[in-house]
Amino acid sequence: MSKIIGLFFLILSTILLSSCNDNSTGVTHGKKHTITIAGSTSVMPFIEKLSEHFMVDRPMFRINVQGGGSTAGIMACLNKTIEIGMSSRQLKQGEKVLNSITICYDGISVIVHPENPIRELTLKQIRGIFSGKIKNWKELGWIDRKIDAITREEGSGTRGSFEDLIMKSEEIYDGIMVQDSNGSVREIVATDPYAIAYISLGLVDDRVRSLSIDGVSASLVNIRAKKYKFVRPFLFVTNGPPNKIVQTYIDFILSVDGQNIFKKEGLIGI
Amino acid sequence: MTKTNFTKEHFVKSVLTIFALSSLLFLFLIFIFILFEGLPLFHKIGLKNIILGFKWAPTKGSFGIFPMIVSSFLVTFGALVVGAPMGLSCAIYLSEYSGKKMKMFLKPALELLAGIPSVVYGFLGVVYIVPFVRNYFGGSGFSLLSASIILGVMILPTIISISFDAITSVPRTYREGSFAMGATKWQTVYKVVIPSAKSGILASFILGMGRAIGETMAVIMVAGNALKIPTSILDPLRTLTSNIALELAYATGDHRLGLFSTGVVLLVIIMILNYIANFGMKKKVMK
Repeated sequence: MSKIIGLFFLILSTILLSSCNDNSTGVTHGKKHTITIAGSTSVMPFIEKLSEHFMVDRPMFRINVQGGGSTAGIMACLNKTIEIGMSSRQLKQGEKVLNSITICYDGISVIVHPENPIRELTLKQIRGIFSGKIKNWKELGWIDRKIDAITREEGSGTRGSFEDLIMKSEEIYDGIMVQDSNGSVREIVATDPYAIAYISLGLVDDRVRSLSIDGVSASLVNIRAKKYKFVRPFLFVTNGPPNKIVQTYIDFILSVDGQNIFKKEGLIGI
Repeated sequence: MTKTNFTKEHFVKSVLTIFALSSLLFLFLIFIFILFEGLPLFHKIGLKNIILGFKWAPTKGSFGIFPMIVSSFLVTFGALVVGAPMGLSCAIYLSEYSGKKMKMFLKPALELLAGIPSVVYGFLGVVYIVPFVRNYFGGSGFSLLSASIILGVMILPTIISISFDAITSVPRTYREGSFAMGATKWQTVYKVVIPSAKSGILASFILGMGRAIGETMAVIMVAGNALKIPTSILDPLRTLTSNIALELAYATGDHRLGLFSTGVVLLVIIMILNYIANFGMKKKVMK
C-alpha cells in the first residue's frame, strides 16, 4: 500500500524534477544541492534518519528519500530520474550496468507475537511452516491452533533474501497470507497472537518477538560473530560513477558517523 | 450581432464536443495500452495456462491466475450476500415507507457513505472486523468473510441508489390498482412493485458486483492475499485487483507483463458485467 503511494510520488517527483532542471544528476536548486533517493522500503526508514543527520550539519544539501520498492528504485536509477537507488536485493542480470555500493548489512528475523511462548525454532521447522508442511502450533509444542504465517509478495527484496537464505530449494506455500511491506507484516504479527512472519531485523520492536533459529538468537553480537547467518546487504546503486555532490553523501554514509547511526538502528555496519 | 452569436455558440459547442470525445479517447487509450502490454504474455505462455493455471509464481515462470479469478467472484458473491438484502430493504423503505423528512436525512447520509475513501473502509476493517472474526469465528481474521463484510457495506450506496430509482419509477397507478383490490402495503410492495422493478434491481446488484470486483485497497488490507483458492470463508484469498496492486512496485520483465495480463482479464470481466447491467436497464426503460 505504502509502496503504491511511494511509486506515485516517485513518478510525480520525476515529472517535477525533469521539468525544472536541465541537468538531471546532482541538481542545483538555487544554492541548494538536491539528491533524490528512492527504492527499497526496507532501506528507506534508515536512510531517512541518516539524511536528517546529514542535512543538519550541511544546510546546503537537500535529500529527498522515497520508497517504491527495490526494483522501482533500480529502474528509476537506470532511467537517470534519481541519483541513488536503494536495493535490499542483489542486482539481477541486466541491472549490473549500475554501480553498486554496499552500505550496511541487515539480518532477517523470524518474528511472533509476544504472547507466544515459543522462543526458538529450528531452520527445518521454519522451512516446514513456510512451505505449508507444519500448519498447527501443536506440532511445535504449543496449543492446538492453526498457524497464521505471513510472507511478503513475489518480487520483494525481503522475500527474495528469505527464499535464498532460509527456504533454499523449498517453495513458499500458496496458502500463506501475503502483505506488501515490512510495516504491515509487523502490524499483523503485533495484533495476531498466532501469527509468524519474517521482517528486517532493524525493524523488530517490542510489539513483536524475534525467534532464535537453531539456538542462535538474532542479535547484533551473533551477527558480528558470524553465528547468525541470515544476513543480506543493503545496496546503494548509482548510474555510472557518482558525481561530487552524491559522492559527499555516500562518503558520509560510509563514514564512522553514518555507520554508527545504522548500528544504533539495529543494522550491521560494513 | 447574430453572426457573432452564432460563432460563439459554435465555439462553445465545438469545445464541449472535444472534451466529450476526449473522455472517450482516454477510455480508448487505456484499452489499447492494457491490451498492448497484456496480450504478448498470453501469446507467450498461452491463454489456457494463464486463465486456468493454478500456480502464480511470476519470477519462476508460472502465471496461473485461476485462483484469483475464483477468489474475485467469491468475494463479490460474499459482498452481495451481505449488501444486497440490506441495500434492497433500504431502497424499499426509502421509496415506499419513509416520510419526507426521513428521506431528506437518509439520502444525503447514503451519499456520504459512497464518498468515504476505500482506504478508510480497509483501515476500519483491519482494526475492528479482522480481530472480531479472529476472536469469534477463528482463523487469522484476514479472510473471505472480513472482505465480504467490508465490500458488502461499500456496495450499499450503488445498490440503494439504483434500486431506489427503479422502484420509484414504477407508475403510481400500479400501486393504486393494488390498493383498490384490497391489498395491504406490504402485499403491494412484494407482489406488485418489486416484480415491476425487477430488472432495475438486478441491474443494481450487477453494478454493485462491478464495484466489488474492482475494489482494491480495502480488499488488500483485509483479505490476507494468500494465493490458494479458499476452502472456507475463514481462509485468506487474493483477488485480481489486489494481485496487481501488491506486486506492481517490485515487478520487472515478464512479471510486469503478467500483471498487465491480470488487468486484461479484469477488464473483460468488468465489461461483461456492465454489458449485462446495461441490458437489464434497457429492458426496464422499454417497459
